[in-house]
Amino acid sequence: MDYFLSEQQKTIKDLARQIAEEKALPVRAELDEREEFPRDLMRELAGADMFRVFVPEEYEGLGGGCLELSLVIEELSRVCSSVAISYAASALGCFTLMDYGSDAQKRKFLPDIAAGTRLAAFALTEPGAGSDASAIRTTATKVDGGYVLNGTKQFITNGGEAEIYTVICLTDKAKGPRGASAILVEKDTPGFTFGKKERKLGIRASATRELVFRDCFVPEENLIGRPGAGFIQAMRLFDRSRPGIGAQALGLAQGALEAAVDYTRQRVQFGQPLISLPVVQDILGDMATQIEAARALIYAAARMVDSGVKNVTEVSAMAKVFASDMAMKVTTEAVQICGGAGYMRDYPVEKMMRDAKITQIYEGSNQVLRNAIAIEVRKRKGRTQ
Amino acid sequence: MNIAICLKQVPGTTAVKIDPQTNTLVRQGIESVMNPFDAYALEEGVRLREKQGGRVTAITMGPPQAEAMLRQAISLGADDAILLSDRAFAGADTLATAYTLAAAIRKLGQCDLVICGRQTIDGDTGQVGPEMAEMLDLPFVSYVSRIEEIAGGHMRAQRMIEEGHESVEMPLPAVITVTKEINTPRLPSLRGIARSKSAQVPVWTAQELGVDTGKVGLAGSATRVVKIFFPQRERKGEVLQGEAEAQVECLLGKLKSGGLI
Repeated sequence: MDYFLSEQQKTIKDLARQIAEEKALPVRAELDEREEFPRDLMRELAGADMFRVFVPEEYEGLGGGCLELSLVIEELSRVCSSVAISYAASALGCFTLMDYGSDAQKRKFLPDIAAGTRLAAFALTEPGAGSDASAIRTTATKVDGGYVLNGTKQFITNGGEAEIYTVICLTDKAKGPRGASAILVEKDTPGFTFGKKERKLGIRASATRELVFRDCFVPEENLIGRPGAGFIQAMRLFDRSRPGIGAQALGLAQGALEAAVDYTRQRVQFGQPLISLPVVQDILGDMATQIEAARALIYAAARMVDSGVKNVTEVSAMAKVFASDMAMKVTTEAVQICGGAGYMRDYPVEKMMRDAKITQIYEGSNQVLRNAIAIEVRKRKGRTQ
Repeated sequence: MNIAICLKQVPGTTAVKIDPQTNTLVRQGIESVMNPFDAYALEEGVRLREKQGGRVTAITMGPPQAEAMLRQAISLGADDAILLSDRAFAGADTLATAYTLAAAIRKLGQCDLVICGRQTIDGDTGQVGPEMAEMLDLPFVSYVSRIEEIAGGHMRAQRMIEEGHESVEMPLPAVITVTKEINTPRLPSLRGIARSKSAQVPVWTAQELGVDTGKVGLAGSATRVVKIFFPQRERKGEVLQGEAEAQVECLLGKLKSGGLI
């Protein structure tokens, strides 16, 4: 399918693919096995200007949008989803700053993020606040010249590895979610430490860690936008980042399809390659169709986000929900048709199947997102726009 | 520190065919790539520039289509690129090539270091680097696997020799050829690719270089390719019969009579 990508978009996609194939492919299994953060790969991506893709030109970026970012994530995820998400988490960690930060804040932080010399991360989830994000309890108490943070953030991607954290916390506890604000916290700030590193089913090379704040003083200038806007900022952020999770799922599924085709062409049973069996063809045909449908939806959603239209909640949620369910199905089928070999760690499909599961869970569980889609559907009485 | 990198575009495969009529490589339908060893030379130049400042200029002698490789060099970090292209340069052997490249480096001026790959994968001679150094009357070190230090107008480099390594110190400017042990070439960057698309790549002809046309191209070549051929390979298989002991006896006899043991 031709998605009429611009020359620049094609260049970005091709280079991301080259990095994935030349640099990530040889090490992905080992990184997964050792649960080791892909530091060298982050350096490679930085050297190739990949972190510049999502940063505006005036802050040393290349001024790309959701589509360009999704293309990079897709290509990286096709080979290694851990690398893709470690990269994407840095984008997630600076979008709030990009959208609501002051010029001075952007000048201070964005050029380093664009150069890839400093990674970013976004911290919302807490032990008591997952799908119910409004239940966060981390506080930022106003003091002279700044805020003092107290609380714990959980399951934070790039936790411990990132240098710059966008933390959603309550600056006004009494107001609940309307008292939440986004505050930038730099690594090595006194009172800011990291808790345990999680051991996961998939995306094992990515870092997922607790952030612990104990009387952590942050200067006033680190508040992004106005106090009390944090919750809305976070919801808007996810509206624009969800196609990226869709792209992660899409890349995974694409990689699994290629591995499955490769295997079934070579594996001979009943005197013929598996790929010649109608039952296998039936599965492969369905996998390919599902993948292409997800790609079309993700690119369309990303383009809609980039167009600047106001409400993208629905389309963005659809892209994430459809692609992640598709990826779970496709990677499971890939393991199935690769049989015993597919179940073994010597082949890449079992990792892809493990990696796929998280895409149905994070950045809004698919159940919560279906709920959000249904609200929009109800508003427009089920009609198309 | 200003650095010149000499590059060559070569067929992107080892399975090249030879035209039996003209004794030249059949290049049609074969993708051309940057000589792999030259990629290490370029990378080393870019790394030195990143540490010491200055400019990296990529130079190649070749047909107009070699411009694509020069643009690739810019995407990989070269600041400038110059294409030496003229019908008069065609058919050059290593001597005529070295003469032309040396003229370009003289014209470029202000060059502290010239880096070449150890050899090309098509010609495989490894002669152009040293010949060019001789013509430029510059110190030369081949097979450099590490640049240890550059300071006070001197460079200390480690070169590979059969038995190990040798540490060589030389004054700059100088010419070196490098091995693949020296670094890991980077991938292009998006900014580099953007720059490579808009960069001007000047073409210097024989006239602009002010070279003696009798010393370039086929006319300036001291060697002539008379014939290129693949050596005939004959494989003779023989199955020995009988008891194991008798087979061993027979095999030993054959190996001895063949002068192999």
